[in-house]
Amino acid sequence: MVVDTGPVSDAPSLWRVRLGLAARSLKQNWSLFLQTRIGILGLVIICFYMLLALAHPILMNTVWDERTYDPVIGFAFDETEQPAPPSLSHPLGTDPLGRDILSQLMFSARSEFLLGLLAAVVTVCIGTMVGATAAYFGGLVDMLLMRLADIMIMMPGISILIVLSALMEVGHLELALLIGILSGFGGTGVVLKSQALSVVVKPYIEAARTSGGGTLHIILVHVVPNLLPLSFLYMMFTVTSAIFSEAVLSFLGLLDVRMSWGLMIHTTESAGYLLQVGEYWWLIFPASLSITLLCSSFYLLGRSLDEVVNPRLRRI
Amino acid sequence: MAAYIVKRVLQIVLTLFVFLTIVFFLVNAQPGDISRLYALDPNLPPETRAQMQELFGVNEPLWKQYLVHLKNTVTGDLGVSFSLYPRTVADVIKERLPRTLVLFLTATVVSFYLGFGLGKIIAWRRGGWVEYTSTLGGVTLYTVFTPWFGLMMIWLFAFKAGWFPIGKFLDPVVWQDAPSDANSIFNLMLATAVILSVIVFGVFLVTSKRRLGMARLLQVGSIGVSVLIVVGVWLSSGVGYLAWDIVKHMVLPIATLTLISFAGTMLLTRNSMLEVIREDYVLAARAKGLPEKAVRDRHVARNALLPVVTSFVFSLAFAIDGGVIIESIFSWPGMGQTLVAATVSEDLPLAVGTFVFVGLFVLLAHLAADILYAYLDPRVRY
Repeated sequence: MVVDTGPVSDAPSLWRVRLGLAARSLKQNWSLFLQTRIGILGLVIICFYMLLALAHPILMNTVWDERTYDPVIGFAFDETEQPAPPSLSHPLGTDPLGRDILSQLMFSARSEFLLGLLAAVVTVCIGTMVGATAAYFGGLVDMLLMRLADIMIMMPGISILIVLSALMEVGHLELALLIGILSGFGGTGVVLKSQALSVVVKPYIEAARTSGGGTLHIILVHVVPNLLPLSFLYMMFTVTSAIFSEAVLSFLGLLDVRMSWGLMIHTTESAGYLLQVGEYWWLIFPASLSITLLCSSFYLLGRSLDEVVNPRLRRI
Repeated sequence: MAAYIVKRVLQIVLTLFVFLTIVFFLVNAQPGDISRLYALDPNLPPETRAQMQELFGVNEPLWKQYLVHLKNTVTGDLGVSFSLYPRTVADVIKERLPRTLVLFLTATVVSFYLGFGLGKIIAWRRGGWVEYTSTLGGVTLYTVFTPWFGLMMIWLFAFKAGWFPIGKFLDPVVWQDAPSDANSIFNLMLATAVILSVIVFGVFLVTSKRRLGMARLLQVGSIGVSVLIVVGVWLSSGVGYLAWDIVKHMVLPIATLTLISFAGTMLLTRNSMLEVIREDYVLAARAKGLPEKAVRDRHVARNALLPVVTSFVFSLAFAIDGGVIIESIFSWPGMGQTLVAATVSEDLPLAVGTFVFVGLFVLLAHLAADILYAYLDPRVRY
């Protein structure tokens, strides 16, 4: 049977309509986001650290000499004693091993972003699939996935990461995967499932099923896109917990990483400068403040996105 | 209700079983066994190594080891610690579990009340500077890098001001000629705390039906009297100065743990309040001409409490995790610090034993929270 191919010629305009709708909702959400103010603050801090991370390779290739400024194996030959206080050539001073603090800070910023991004993407991919599958199939699949989620939620996160770091070599990649699995099958999956439950009862899911859509097709094309706003929100919270866990584990010296903000404080601690906060502030404050600021900025961003995504929190 | 609790308990037992299984296979996924530690020691003949393998049962097939592991865990036989040899893991845990419990229960309860009270207020003043500062402050405290925050507390209040001791559980100088050991004193303190909280709970239970002014008077009066009696008994017992030493060491970790964990409750209470404020009965309460405070506390906050209690479950696990870090920073000899120390020194039996107990503890906390929730909200009947 020959089907009238009319709609094909309409396809570009359909896309245009979709784009227009997307642009309009983006604009609307953006103005809602602007109202929350705390979100803007978070965004500004994140942009600042992103600039720091981007500037590091540029500085290393132009101004900074590799032997002096390398974040891991560099040594500040121009200073007579280490750790040296801030000076013009070393704006944040040097650490007990003679390495430039600013360079370490900027170098670590990049790996923190990568870690956070990877953990968030893994979490959300797993969480969205778990949520959508559990809600769509219900019954036994739902029960199994939710009991698994119970176990994951009950796992004390930092403790299990500590034990795992004793059993195997945990670097940034492994940590991101572990956090992603723990949170994706756990809390994030449960939240996304409760959202997916309200999606799978919508008439268009029924329509897709009656018009012969396969299970995978329905889940991927009709259910998952409607979970994306909430998933995006949970990405922000995952980034916070990933950066925090990384900092704590490397502070305890349990991670197999070359340089990170937590490790900078670990170095300070093992060199015995930890309680000399007043005299050697540059050994402690830059790294700790960076961890705190970046964690809270992602959290603030998540909260203000929450007010955008969740209509019940909006101002009347 | 009873059926629900039974069902929940069964689920928890099942979860515990899965948890133990995961722990076992995680440990056994590692190459080699305990005798590998001595493999490079030339003074150790191969027969001794085989003997050691037999002693620890690592030459048995895996399923047999797994059954033994389950049996040992259930009967409380967690093996011998490597780093604290010859103390058994169970002995170490028995000593350190109460210390963690005190630290963490106090901090959780205080931070819950603080967070709920503050959350109520900031939800009511939406958009003002109060909301922005407390949200910012709350988020900062919630996401602050805990080791650094603990360090700042130590530096400010212990190192600079000198009000509190720097970390540790007790001051050895004070305890040099002490008539009894730290554990028995601490257990006595624990008993006192339990009795005191039972009294407080009882007072609230009895006075909750009274009129408001009367109830307040009764509460403050009876709690004040019982605190006075407790202080009097401790002072006259002759070991009061020892208890005071432990209390002094406890203040800073508890304060730190409270500060980092109240913000979560506060922010959640705010959101939950904002959702309840839109309900019709709030409008009705306002239309009746009730004072704002009564609308806030009796109509909105009561209903906003439910999700906050649910999240209490999550905050329990969070507090234990926070406890791990806080204990390491303050050198507080509790479960968390034991876990970190055992992990760093590769004391596997102790690390696994501690971890199993932390998991067990979280499971029990979940059970308690579930039952509490079913009791608070009559709509919940699974």
